[in-house]
Amino acid sequence: MRIYAVFVYVFLYTPIAIIALFSFSAGRSASQFEGFSVQWYGRALNNPFVMDALGNSLLVAFISATLASILGTLAAVGLQGVRGPVRAFFDALIYIAVMIPGIVIGIATLIALVTVFDVVNPWLARMWPDDTTPPSLSMGMGSLIAAHTMFTLALVVIIVRARLSGLEGALSEASADLYATPFATFRQITLPLIAPAVLAGFLLSFTFSFDDFIIAFFVAGSETTLPIYIFSSIRRGITPEVNAIGTMVMIASLVLLIIAQLILRRGDKPRR
Amino acid sequence: MTQRARNWLLIAPAGAWLLVMLVVPLSIVFVFSFGERAPSGGYVPAFTFEQYANLPARFTAFQNTLILAPLGTLMALLIAYPLAYQLAVRTSEKWKTLLLVLVIVPFWTSILIRSYAWIFILGGRGLPALLESIGIDDVRLIYTPFAVLVGIVYGYLPLMVFPVYVSLDRLDKRLLEASSDLGAHPVTTFFKVTLPMSVSGIATGCMLVFILLMGEFLIPALLGGGKVFFVGNALVDLFLQSRNWAYGSAVAMMLIVIMLVTVTLYMRLISKLNVQRDDAALM
Repeated sequence: MRIYAVFVYVFLYTPIAIIALFSFSAGRSASQFEGFSVQWYGRALNNPFVMDALGNSLLVAFISATLASILGTLAAVGLQGVRGPVRAFFDALIYIAVMIPGIVIGIATLIALVTVFDVVNPWLARMWPDDTTPPSLSMGMGSLIAAHTMFTLALVVIIVRARLSGLEGALSEASADLYATPFATFRQITLPLIAPAVLAGFLLSFTFSFDDFIIAFFVAGSETTLPIYIFSSIRRGITPEVNAIGTMVMIASLVLLIIAQLILRRGDKPRR
Repeated sequence: MTQRARNWLLIAPAGAWLLVMLVVPLSIVFVFSFGERAPSGGYVPAFTFEQYANLPARFTAFQNTLILAPLGTLMALLIAYPLAYQLAVRTSEKWKTLLLVLVIVPFWTSILIRSYAWIFILGGRGLPALLESIGIDDVRLIYTPFAVLVGIVYGYLPLMVFPVYVSLDRLDKRLLEASSDLGAHPVTTFFKVTLPMSVSGIATGCMLVFILLMGEFLIPALLGGGKVFFVGNALVDLFLQSRNWAYGSAVAMMLIVIMLVTVTLYMRLISKLNVQRDDAALM
């Protein structure tokens, strides 16, 4: 049994170890190790395309995770006091968001937005004064942020609701009995109690958005995110530079997720 | 402001976002699936079932998905179960958390990078070269169904271990002792006590993995090399290359329907086994 477990761990970590190892290869070849070097890390960090893609990924992940955390937390709190069809409808929306494959969400968003743009853009052009170039809506950072906010929002609602359902209603009732306004109760009682879940939701959303390839592949338009850059690099042939980028991304995601876990765990301890 | 109005106000922004970015796009896909392809690509309104009638043309993609997704789910379960058992039942508390975290860590690193690692391993200078050195020549691994299967099992294994672990960890260990005290063989104990009590974890794990595999695109694209493609790959091809939106929408609708039917049937089956699901444990 123990040997079996060791085998599974070897299976899980071999590919990751290989990526990390070859990122330190001195040669150009991705399949032969030719001496130790960190040059590919330097090249990756100095590649303007990589940095541009990284910047886009960070920006989209940050904005969509922030929006998702705010909207998701508000909804989770609001849902606490709602029963009946509204709640059932919202639950169904969350269920659909989680259940529909990312690829379907990606294409659905693509054709919906392109259809809307086809209607709006000629209209904008007609409304615009003749001597200036009319603005034209297109796929890009905006559509990326909107789509990522949608699916990470569902995630935040699930996480925050799990935390809320574990809280005792007595505290907020006591607060209300002591004549605190609902807003004061939220700010002073509920929010501190759910803060770990909100923060964990933010970090998870950030990582999901940052890692997402499939939805971004459809809705990014001409913008490039890091996963899109990595995917097209792999298509062109594997180089140690891609390995270096991959290793850095793995380490960064890991650090974020460990932080998220620590925060969640600390929040789970009973407060006295 | 009344309590009710306040709650509504809190839910409204998120609800609106989900409606606009999820329900509206999915509805458009539904509507488009009855339309026709514009001559230059895209969509022209129509009401025809032609796209659905043409679905058999993409039979291979559906076939690959419907064979490899359940097979991948099953293999992930068979590999994950003994590990989850080892962690939940046979490992001391001290090591449990660390070993469990080590299982989850790979899942939290980009599936793109993890899959592409397998191009190395299964490609010409990886395993085939290793096999050649021990006398097994001309083994082709990359761009085969086998490669795709390895990729999906590898990619989703952690997702299977976790729920199975949770259900086994909750299992009252005294039951296992009682069973052996009453003279049951360990194998009997496993099939009569352990396995039935972990059905909920198996159900959750299988459903999660199966749902994700049905929409898979990356792993077949990278490890299948255009030969072993899933419905996801067909969708990318239809929407981005041939720009046949109407037909693509019908394929997407078909995928959703197949998923809904299989998942619903599966949940029926599980609830017949009278099991409480504990998805909440995953969060």
